[in-house]
Amino acid sequence: MHRFLSTFASRAKPCRNSFFSSIPNPSSSILCGFSSLCTPIKGWRGFSGESGGRESLLYDVVIVGAGPAGLSAAIRLKQLCRERSADLSVCVLEKGSEVGAHIISGNVFEPRALDELIPNWKDEGAPVEVRVSSDRFLLLMKDRALPLPSPFDNKGNYVISLSQLVRWMASKAEEMGVEIYPGFAACEILYDKDQKVVGVATNDMGVAKDGSKRETFQPGVEVKGRVTLLAEGCRGSLSEKIIRDHKLRDKGQGQHQTYAIGIKEVWEIEEGKHKPGSVLHTVGWPLDNNTYGGSFLYHMKDRQIALGLVVALDYHNPYLSPFDEFQKLKHHPSIKSLLEGGNVLEYGARTLNEGGFQSIPFPVFPGGAVIGCSAGYLNVPKIKGSHTAMKSGMLAAEATFRKLAEGVPMESYWDSLKKSWVWEELHKARNYRPAFKFGLLPGLAISALERYIFRGRLPLTLKHGKPDHEATEFAGLHDPIQYPKPDGIVSFDVPTSLYRSNTNHEHDQPAHLCLRDPAIPELVNLPLYAGPESRYCPARVYEYVSDEKHGPKLQINAQNCLHCKACDIKDPKQNIEWTVPEGGGGPGYTVM
Amino acid sequence: MKIMVAVKRVIDYAVKIRVKSDKSGVEMSNVKMSMNPFCEIGVEEALRIREAGAASEVVAVSVGPAQCADTLRTALAMGADRAIHVVSGSLGPVLPLSVAKILKALVEIERPGLLILGKQAIDDDCNQTGQMVAGLLKWPQGTFASKVLLDKEKQVATVEREVDGGLETLSLDLPAVITTDLRLNQPRYATLPNIMKAKSKVIKKVTLEELNVEIKSDLEVVQVTEPPKRKAGVIVSSVDELIDKLKNEARVL
Repeated sequence: MHRFLSTFASRAKPCRNSFFSSIPNPSSSILCGFSSLCTPIKGWRGFSGESGGRESLLYDVVIVGAGPAGLSAAIRLKQLCRERSADLSVCVLEKGSEVGAHIISGNVFEPRALDELIPNWKDEGAPVEVRVSSDRFLLLMKDRALPLPSPFDNKGNYVISLSQLVRWMASKAEEMGVEIYPGFAACEILYDKDQKVVGVATNDMGVAKDGSKRETFQPGVEVKGRVTLLAEGCRGSLSEKIIRDHKLRDKGQGQHQTYAIGIKEVWEIEEGKHKPGSVLHTVGWPLDNNTYGGSFLYHMKDRQIALGLVVALDYHNPYLSPFDEFQKLKHHPSIKSLLEGGNVLEYGARTLNEGGFQSIPFPVFPGGAVIGCSAGYLNVPKIKGSHTAMKSGMLAAEATFRKLAEGVPMESYWDSLKKSWVWEELHKARNYRPAFKFGLLPGLAISALERYIFRGRLPLTLKHGKPDHEATEFAGLHDPIQYPKPDGIVSFDVPTSLYRSNTNHEHDQPAHLCLRDPAIPELVNLPLYAGPESRYCPARVYEYVSDEKHGPKLQINAQNCLHCKACDIKDPKQNIEWTVPEGGGGPGYTVM
Repeated sequence: MKIMVAVKRVIDYAVKIRVKSDKSGVEMSNVKMSMNPFCEIGVEEALRIREAGAASEVVAVSVGPAQCADTLRTALAMGADRAIHVVSGSLGPVLPLSVAKILKALVEIERPGLLILGKQAIDDDCNQTGQMVAGLLKWPQGTFASKVLLDKEKQVATVEREVDGGLETLSLDLPAVITTDLRLNQPRYATLPNIMKAKSKVIKKVTLEELNVEIKSDLEVVQVTEPPKRKAGVIVSSVDELIDKLKNEARVL
């Protein structure tokens, strides 16, 4: 790949406006096997001059998001190129400042997809080392814990940091010739005159808060591909647009997506308390019987543990603050003793998909596909989504290769998904989460029936309840929740926690959180719902601030944003739109 | 005229630093590294001087382990023409005097008209390398530069420095050493096309033996500890109580 670049780089410097697409492809001999259905620019990366004032870069495949799905797709594409002596240029754009900076997950990892993708991952040094050694499940009450039989089967699984695994995957991808560019956020989808997606454009950099150009202004760049794969993770900003515009949910399994928010900390604990591979899940306290969720506590290596609380976003009480529930959880006797004497290494939060089988959208759009959590393949009863995200990326790569090499339409991706173990697994798991719309105890009961007796074989598929943003009830129907003050040892306030997420954004840029109607917060959110965004946001981006002259007004501290997308999901009137800020900003996760 | 810019790879400024449990240093594994912000300002200034026509080439140099190549790639992506990587291998952090000796050796090979460095690195805050290399080379130095004007014909650099008393303006005959301060400029973003072009620019690897420099560390880090935790403040109820506390507890009266 690099030999092409050196040919063009020397020509690219003096004349940015010349049309390199007219220069004959030096590697055309390798590509003569491709069918004539493909366009002439193959296995090629070049500059195509400027269109609309922006430079264009051309690739065969453009992938938005260097996460498990995006990187699996990139690696699989390069593997297929090697197997079939083909040459496809692959570019991965990542909005985080480095690969892995925005990756956060529990994570008890099922290596099924990794075994298929890179069978000798162990020899290649993948950071997948700590085998699950024990699996406990507790029903928590205020000061007690009742052990329950573990509904999980984690034999053969590993406790990992997904951020570290993704970083390793990126190094493997780069070894195979994938180009990965962290610090570049894809903010716009590019269409041709036939409404086919031809790529994405990156953010303009150096735009001031008021929208004017700063001294360091650089226009964004158009990154065009013959196939574009969107792997932005849960509630991806471009993916949601595509899903809406192309009505992909209706064309797919039909149901809306449902979500949860996960808030996590990685602690370094005292030596004697650490048991590598120990896995614990809890349900019950501090959440009430109408709120679905639970906590996890996994022992990694180096005395580190991953601890977090997952709260489904279809909760009803607008006074609920998932962050504060998490702080409460840490005071439970089963957990507090483990944390005392330790210190927090990192903090973070992210929403995750809970819709499962019923919410899978049709993933293909003209010009590409939505892969990974942007589509939604998380197995809720297993609470695992990394392996299915990876597999969805691999299948997308195979469909992409078929399209570019043989002219097979991308729709073959949908067929291969339906024939894969991802489909089978999600089908079997489909009735657990929807059962909880009836309440915690009925949900547990139905789940037990599913797990031990029906095993997904019931001929019915439960539907989801209301969409998460419609599930919030009026504040008048609930009482405010009094959360205890943080003690600074085991529980903390938001600024302290936020500091531990290494979050940073260029402050002089337009706020990336957009209000579709700026009047709604003061007209609807505050009076009817008591401003829930000031509570569910794990970074306290949203604050209602009063001064002497005016009543409370919504203040958006966009610089704190953890890119979790909870506001985009939970805002009652869907008035908040999360758009992507300048690349390189956001959290800086390393062991999450 | 060539401009040489020295850059250092440090822990990214947005990362929360942790001291290792054995107190031997700061936790460096699994931590994001970037170019020292003052070095970025140095690269930017060198590029601006070249773009104004007063220099023909910008050469970025760095001393450190293999991963320094990433930092040099960033400098190349910003616009530097080529880079030199002095491989220090597993020697651990190279201290300012050693870096100064290495830079002196490089300067004698490359013969730049201007050597630009950041005023200090954000990991050790030494603020020594620029001054030491100027001393070793016997070159004039303009440190804490907040404005640099180059006169190509007269081969003179006018440097405005931020000092404790205000601003000091110096006139330096080239070749000279300049170290950058925060307000000198706003570094440019490395754009995607530039990052791609940078992949094909040359990074020359040089060993310490080739430069004939021996690194001998005359400083040993004994211990690194976190600063003591801030104690909670106390609200006093009267002036007498305040005086009593200042006299008997804080012992400052």
